Amino acid sequence: MLHDKDRIFTNLYGQGDAGLKGALARGSWSGTKGFVEQGRDWITDQVKASGLRGRGGAGFPTGLKWSFMPKQSDGRPHYLLVNADESEPGTCKDREILRHDPHILIEGCVLAARAMDAHLVFVYIRGEFIRERLAFERAVEEAYEAKLIGKNNVHGWDLDIIVHHGAGAYICGEETALMESLEGKKGQPRLKPPFPAGMGVYGNPTTVNNVESIAAVPEILRRGGAWFAGMGRENNTGTKLFCISGHVNNPATVEEEMGIPFRELIEKHCGGIRGGWDNLLAVIPGGSSVPCVPGAKISDAIMDFDGLREVGSSLGTAAVIVMDNSTDIIKAIWRLSVFYKHESCGQCTPCREGTGWMMRVMERMVEGRAQKREIDMLLDVTKQIEGHTICALGDAAAWPIQGLIKNFRPVIEARIDAYSYNSDAEGAVPSIAAE
Amino acid sequence: MAQIKVDGELIEVPDHFTLMQAAEAAGAEIPRFCYHERLSVAGNCRMCLVEVKGGPPKPQASCALGVKDLRPGPDGEPPEMFTNTPMVKKAREGVMEFLLINHPLDCPICDQGGECDLQDQAMAYGIEASRYTESKRAVENKYIGPLVKTIMTRCIHCTRCVRFTTEVAGISELGLVGRGEDAEITTYLERAMSSELQGNVIDLCPVGALTSRPYEFTARPWELTKTETIDVMDAVGSNIRVDARGREVMRVLPRINEDINEEWISDKTRFIWDGLKSQRLDRPYVRKKGRLEEASWDEAFKTIARAARKAGNKVGAIAGDLAGVEEMFALKQLIASLGSGHMDCRPAMSAIDPGMDRAAYIFNPAIAGIEQADALLIIGANPRREASLVNARIRKSWRANGLAIGLIGDRADLTYDYQYLGDDFAALQSIADGSSRFAKKLKNAERPLIIIGEGALSQNAAGKQAGRDVMALASKIAQDCGALSAEWNGFGVLHNGAGRVGGLDIGFVPQAGGVCSADQIDLCASGDIELMFLLGADEYDMSALGEAMVVYIGSHGDAGAHRADVILPAATYTEKSATYVNTEGRVQITTRAVFPPGEAKEDWAIIRALSAHLKKTLPYNSLTELRAALYQQHPHLARIDHIEPGSVEALRALAKPVKATHKLSFASPIEDFYLTNPIARASAVMGECAQLAQGMLKAAE
Repeated sequence: MLHDKDRIFTNLYGQGDAGLKGALARGSWSGTKGFVEQGRDWITDQVKASGLRGRGGAGFPTGLKWSFMPKQSDGRPHYLLVNADESEPGTCKDREILRHDPHILIEGCVLAARAMDAHLVFVYIRGEFIRERLAFERAVEEAYEAKLIGKNNVHGWDLDIIVHHGAGAYICGEETALMESLEGKKGQPRLKPPFPAGMGVYGNPTTVNNVESIAAVPEILRRGGAWFAGMGRENNTGTKLFCISGHVNNPATVEEEMGIPFRELIEKHCGGIRGGWDNLLAVIPGGSSVPCVPGAKISDAIMDFDGLREVGSSLGTAAVIVMDNSTDIIKAIWRLSVFYKHESCGQCTPCREGTGWMMRVMERMVEGRAQKREIDMLLDVTKQIEGHTICALGDAAAWPIQGLIKNFRPVIEARIDAYSYNSDAEGAVPSIAAE
Repeated sequence: MAQIKVDGELIEVPDHFTLMQAAEAAGAEIPRFCYHERLSVAGNCRMCLVEVKGGPPKPQASCALGVKDLRPGPDGEPPEMFTNTPMVKKAREGVMEFLLINHPLDCPICDQGGECDLQDQAMAYGIEASRYTESKRAVENKYIGPLVKTIMTRCIHCTRCVRFTTEVAGISELGLVGRGEDAEITTYLERAMSSELQGNVIDLCPVGALTSRPYEFTARPWELTKTETIDVMDAVGSNIRVDARGREVMRVLPRINEDINEEWISDKTRFIWDGLKSQRLDRPYVRKKGRLEEASWDEAFKTIARAARKAGNKVGAIAGDLAGVEEMFALKQLIASLGSGHMDCRPAMSAIDPGMDRAAYIFNPAIAGIEQADALLIIGANPRREASLVNARIRKSWRANGLAIGLIGDRADLTYDYQYLGDDFAALQSIADGSSRFAKKLKNAERPLIIIGEGALSQNAAGKQAGRDVMALASKIAQDCGALSAEWNGFGVLHNGAGRVGGLDIGFVPQAGGVCSADQIDLCASGDIELMFLLGADEYDMSALGEAMVVYIGSHGDAGAHRADVILPAATYTEKSATYVNTEGRVQITTRAVFPPGEAKEDWAIIRALSAHLKKTLPYNSLTELRAALYQQHPHLARIDHIEPGSVEALRALAKPVKATHKLSFASPIEDFYLTNPIARASAVMGECAQLAQGMLKAAE
């Protein structure tokens, strides 16, 4: 249960002024110069002490990531690349920050850049985010005018922010594809190693961070890493923006303490499940790419990285998609398969070929026009994709289906049975092999 | 050195090795599609996945992961990789299944069948049947030119072709558009590719998506007889394999030779073979009452003998671009025995003289040496047209080492950036006297390289002295910038004819009392040469030969045969064993893949038979005996695949400042890459390419 005084994002709903004036009134940009002067190691140590884990989905410890940057520049410039290509279905947290609290992100950029000896920050904003880009650009201009950033700014750490507008491809949210896209190439993930901290944008050391991770940094420094670490459970500390959508009474994006139980999150902020808790079918707790969890299992789950791993899913971006009993769960997962098939970049074989295959099998399963043995075959195909691709899109495409088969196999089988019982009915078409 | 355990066997490999290289060093086979050792690493086919200990818990792409990327174990034990575990097997089977689900499996009608990586690896690493029952993807075929046929449904998106064209060929016309399942390889506007190396994508394509258009549906690889031989389309001497069925050459493929062509060949080399079958001279002809009529060998020889008796020593001989050393050697002895010194194998007004040392007319640094050079001056050559693979090597060095390049000559697209220095004698002078800024670059370079085109040394309009002055200045530049040291000889002459260096080596140039090719033609016109032998020589003005009796010894009905009074049908390079010395001075021998058509004979045998009719019988009855005589006089020709180095001192002696100025041009003598010799001119495929290239030129202007 998060107290109002512990909130980082105090203008999440845009009720206050998003401009510099409002930001200053809310406490942004206070003490920034002092933090910058404390130097690189102090900032990194504070962030490490806070236990902040990356908010973009993978949950890699942010402080540790920063410490991978070369300690001494070998002549190449260092870059900070802020990933604002928020495209994961269900996720709508970075958007609120860009729109309503952009200065908190800009301040975070200054501090994070100091912590990695970077003088240049790229902010890659998703193609569909037009208003968000305009809002953020306005804030960047304000910051330049107020000499908060730029050459010879008040903080004594030269910093330029370049806002780059993407073209709206999901894959460009993957950090290496993001860099390719930023460089003006086709958004296709790079092979790792070399990792971005060694060879990133234009071959220079780069750290890629999510908007929310960077935006949390100023408050962590202001109140100390221990404050942040004091919230949530061990290894799952701090506050988090949860984006709750779907069949709840009041869908919302809300900042809450990590480790809040699912039931409390829904009851407190979303007015409960539509039709009551008995009506809950399943939840996708971390954005479209994580496995769904059946309602009975999720109700008392702890909403953090470890808590959701225990129920066979993942926190991801904390985009909670709630589905009640009116949902055709097979069709819902099929829709995600369509998405991943459409967004696969086509570079590596398992994802390029596999996403289409999975989508087509799912398409038949929605109708029930399949054999029961195909369920295991489909599961096997997802395993053939998972872990065999260059980037994580293959995994992301595989997991929702794995979650479906693991948790809802009886539903799929019942659908198949129903289809074959009605096979004489008009309109039913037998499945025809391709060859 | 790094240590790694491959399938339990501990080996030591260099630090920069990838897991794939380490596995190969340990003798473990790793299947692959996208990986190619001469292209950048893409890592996209995922066929080469291996299991590693000391790295991530997922299967890893062995083509992209370095041995040094793996961490040692907790007690410092070396990292391990496995190529035969269940995880690896499962990963390979999975990838193979994915590759095949949208592959049409039309192997019975696919030209790649029998030499297809996908077919082979599916047999070795695939599972027995497909589980895919959905509709397959189909992709529209693309037009990418007359040489490469596309069946894009077969494409497995390995992007080898894209990487080859952008990295090696230096064109950006081929790319992958779209994404996911809908990704397609295409030349965006479906126009023909404009590279002279495009045929190599056929070899690179691991499936049947890009195949040879001229070869389509003509043969299966297992019914072809493969003969390893040498190409003669240019003076590079690319190593090739000629695939023949019965008496027909069906196709030409490259052979790996790191020193010359690596594993590429130019389109002219690859697609010339239809020219080997058309316009062939397959029987002797004798001109009677102004018309060429079929004749017997005996009749043809008697006609020549009659003319020879009349002509006495008023006999001349010119050898063409494709002449082998053996036939020139025989012809030289025959002409000498007739009492004449008129013979030449060089283009008109050439300043090259075998009286100079060998260093003055070969490509001294050797083709592989281009990669060591750090500054390059090109004088009067268009390497892209004259020696495509030398050009590819320059591009490789330019990409890898940032080779600084200056050019005097045609301002052409050479696929790399260069500093344009002009197209006249003054530009050359300004380098030689050090006033040009590029001269300083050359001077600062550790291994400067000077490439002099044959065109720069054969100043047809300005005369022989101009060519000699170019030679003097070029060697002066080389000397001044330090290109003529004991360790590094950076002076390279780029020839255009495969037979040229061989001819110069054996001295097929004017002997005592003889004159050069241009003067011989004048003598023909004035009646001072009455009997003229053309050994495959077609690149001269045939209308200027006057009343002389012209004997054409050659393979194709081209300019020389049209003018000839007697035609003696000879063999092409695929039909004889002949020695060729490439522009580097490297001695190589062709191998007979098929027999000459009809009554055509090998060139040396024709000359030997003719010598008997002229009562000047040459002292050898077989090729072996001829070669014995040849090697006795020119021992270096016996050392196959060896370059006899030239003398640096002799080159230094040539270097001298030039006072005179000349009005001359450094334009390349080759106007059309596709039509440089009689075989190419007889080829319909080359004709189409030439038309297309000219059309493109017009469209671009």
